[in-house]
Amino acid sequence: MWTGILIAVAVLLALAVVFGGLLGFASERFKVEGNPLVDQIDALLPQTQCGQCGYPGCRPYAEAIAQGEAINKCPPGGESTIKALADLLDVEPQPLDSEHGVEQAKRVAVIREDECIGCTKCIQACPVDAILGAAKHMHTVIESECTGCDLCVEPCPVDCIDMVTVEPDIRTWTWTPPPSGIIATDRQGASA
Amino acid sequence: MTQLWDFSGGIHPAEHKQQSTARPIRTAGLPERLVLPLQQHIGDPAEPLVEVGQRVLKGQKIADVSIGMGVPVHAPTSGVIESIAELPVPHPSGLNDWCITLEPDGEDQWRERNPVSDYRKLDREGVLEIIHEAGISGMGGAGFPTDIKLRPPRDRKVDTLILNGAECEPYITADDMTMREKANEVVAGLKVMAWILRPERCVIGIEDNKPEAIEAMQRACEGTQIEIAVIPTKYPSGGEKQLIRILTGLEVPSDGIPADIGVMCQNIGTAVAVSRAVFEDSPLISRIVTITGEAVREPGTFEALIGTPIDHLLEQAGLEPQKVNRLVLGGPMMGYTLTTTAVPVTKTTNCVIAATEAELPTPPPEQPCIRCGQCAEVCPMELLPQQLFWYSKSGEFEKAEHLNLFDCIECGACSYVCPSSIPLVQYYRFAKGEIRVQRAEQVKADRARERFEARQARLEREQKEKEQRRKERAKAAAEAQAKKQAEEEKAAASGEAVDDRAAKAALVQQALERKKAKAAGTTPETGRQTPATEEKPDVEALEKQLSQAKAKLDTMQGMLDDAKAQQADNVDKLERAVAKNHDRVQRAEQALAEARKALANTTESQTSD
Repeated sequence: MWTGILIAVAVLLALAVVFGGLLGFASERFKVEGNPLVDQIDALLPQTQCGQCGYPGCRPYAEAIAQGEAINKCPPGGESTIKALADLLDVEPQPLDSEHGVEQAKRVAVIREDECIGCTKCIQACPVDAILGAAKHMHTVIESECTGCDLCVEPCPVDCIDMVTVEPDIRTWTWTPPPSGIIATDRQGASA
Repeated sequence: MTQLWDFSGGIHPAEHKQQSTARPIRTAGLPERLVLPLQQHIGDPAEPLVEVGQRVLKGQKIADVSIGMGVPVHAPTSGVIESIAELPVPHPSGLNDWCITLEPDGEDQWRERNPVSDYRKLDREGVLEIIHEAGISGMGGAGFPTDIKLRPPRDRKVDTLILNGAECEPYITADDMTMREKANEVVAGLKVMAWILRPERCVIGIEDNKPEAIEAMQRACEGTQIEIAVIPTKYPSGGEKQLIRILTGLEVPSDGIPADIGVMCQNIGTAVAVSRAVFEDSPLISRIVTITGEAVREPGTFEALIGTPIDHLLEQAGLEPQKVNRLVLGGPMMGYTLTTTAVPVTKTTNCVIAATEAELPTPPPEQPCIRCGQCAEVCPMELLPQQLFWYSKSGEFEKAEHLNLFDCIECGACSYVCPSSIPLVQYYRFAKGEIRVQRAEQVKADRARERFEARQARLEREQKEKEQRRKERAKAAAEAQAKKQAEEEKAAASGEAVDDRAAKAALVQQALERKKAKAAGTTPETGRQTPATEEKPDVEALEKQLSQAKAKLDTMQGMLDDAKAQQADNVDKLERAVAKNHDRVQRAEQALAEARKALANTTESQTSD
């Protein structure tokens, strides 16, 4: 009887050692570099790099969220970003914190080019290198790369940068959902 | 007899085709002006090659695509370019787009034409180039550039070429009339395309409700290997995927193109355009358009120049404006309502329906889904329209995508049978649009992230390089200092006087020390004064000025040290600059002190009051 118990203990011990070793090896061998949660959060943020959340860019804010910061500080992302973050982190979605700004239609910066003095201040401020120009030469915004972050407006010494709301054109137009709210009985009532 | 397969679903709506097939094809004639949109197909818009006021000849290229996918636009007749502006174009949004307006001069003068006598002597690339230069894009649906479509991916061999003569949508008769009257041109164009692709099988699929067209095509195809497949009438058998299924029994994979299974579909109108391009060197400048509906007296088909305003055609067909309830561009199933008749005929315009209220009544309001399942029964793509509807309506686009929303061909069969008159297709179009917008935003966000990270890396690198340079300079300075010291020692040993430069440096050093002491003396004072400054902005500004001046002085001092260490020539200049800055600091301090005094006085007087 004792031998049976001993054998069982020995086998279990051996198994424990083998699997422990395996798990230990695997955890070292397949170690995840960085924090995957931060990457996931960062992927949901709009990447305007505007700093309205109080962090110097989207990634720092993503890192802060991973540390437990509130998810409602991103005005460019708005409700949809908050909803996506809430889904990812399994928390309750909160309304946008108005202290950090309000959700606005998509905008781009436009330089009034004949007023530009070529000071390069906006180029230094642009977080995504979307402004082109050289010292004492006119600058211009590469519209397709502009995230509408606003950061170039303040440093401009001659105030020649406007934030222009992007109007939908024929190539960005999409179908609208059918009007809702009216039901058949309403219409009959109205026409009667 | 060709073996035929069947596709699932489908409907049999009233055809309404006989009204517009009663008369032969009429020529629409020259309108007052032609409006030529720069983008008439999917892909990229063309760029104008002409200027306002320039005279152009018939068939002259007036716009071309330099970057991206697209085909050129040609002048449909000779005349003068009147304007290049944003005008209404046929688009469901009703928005404007860039168009070239041409005022015809009535001479209809052709540019020089060089038709090829025998295209078989050219290589295939040459013929494809002719097709591209003729501005031919698919004339049935979305208008995919034909030359690109005729170049299937290298690893795909097209072994079945299908000419789509099904024209299954009610009202539309453009292809029907083309086959009846221009059968020889259709076959000639098909032969050119077959020569390019070298398929094993060439089929023309025609629905059995077009006996005249079938007969005409059979006559034209006598003696060739082209098959005429008569297929049963059922909507939407003219859908590319459905027709391929009927004629080959194969299914185009989701996310795939017909070339993936060795099939290619071309439109009847496209075949005519190819034939004209190759045999007449005539670009795509006109097309067949059906004008029908109960609000026109003489419905029929017209050969209209591209750019002809729709109202010109409606006038020719005898429009009775008081009867019109709705103007539909395209068929009643897949078309959209026009908001203005000022829009022109484009390369993809096949039909305009001027419908009376009785004919195409305003859709009744949507009622709740009763889950009858009829939509799923008629869906030719075997999707789940009900589920797609719920997910699209509630904004759960991801789930809709999982149910293959993007395989929906928007044929409208589900909306047609829905007893609750739910505009299902509009929900699907909305969901597709939203998903595309989200994807585009994601792509843009990813690019912004990439650019941000690249910038961050660049700034870091620059910082490092600066640091590196600074270290190198410090090292060089230390070496020079050591050398100089050694020299001095040597000089001292030899009993000679120290050079005057060193003496000057010592003087400056003393001055700097004095200044430093002074600066140290003033700093705590400012610290003490801060609460008072909050009320008085000019003190704040002065303080800022002072700190700026100090910072500048510090940098000057650093530069001077460096210069001295390296025995540079600009030491004198720097000394002067330091002295100037010194003055500035003093002035700023003075001003600040005065301001503070004044402030103290006012506060005192206030408290004494």
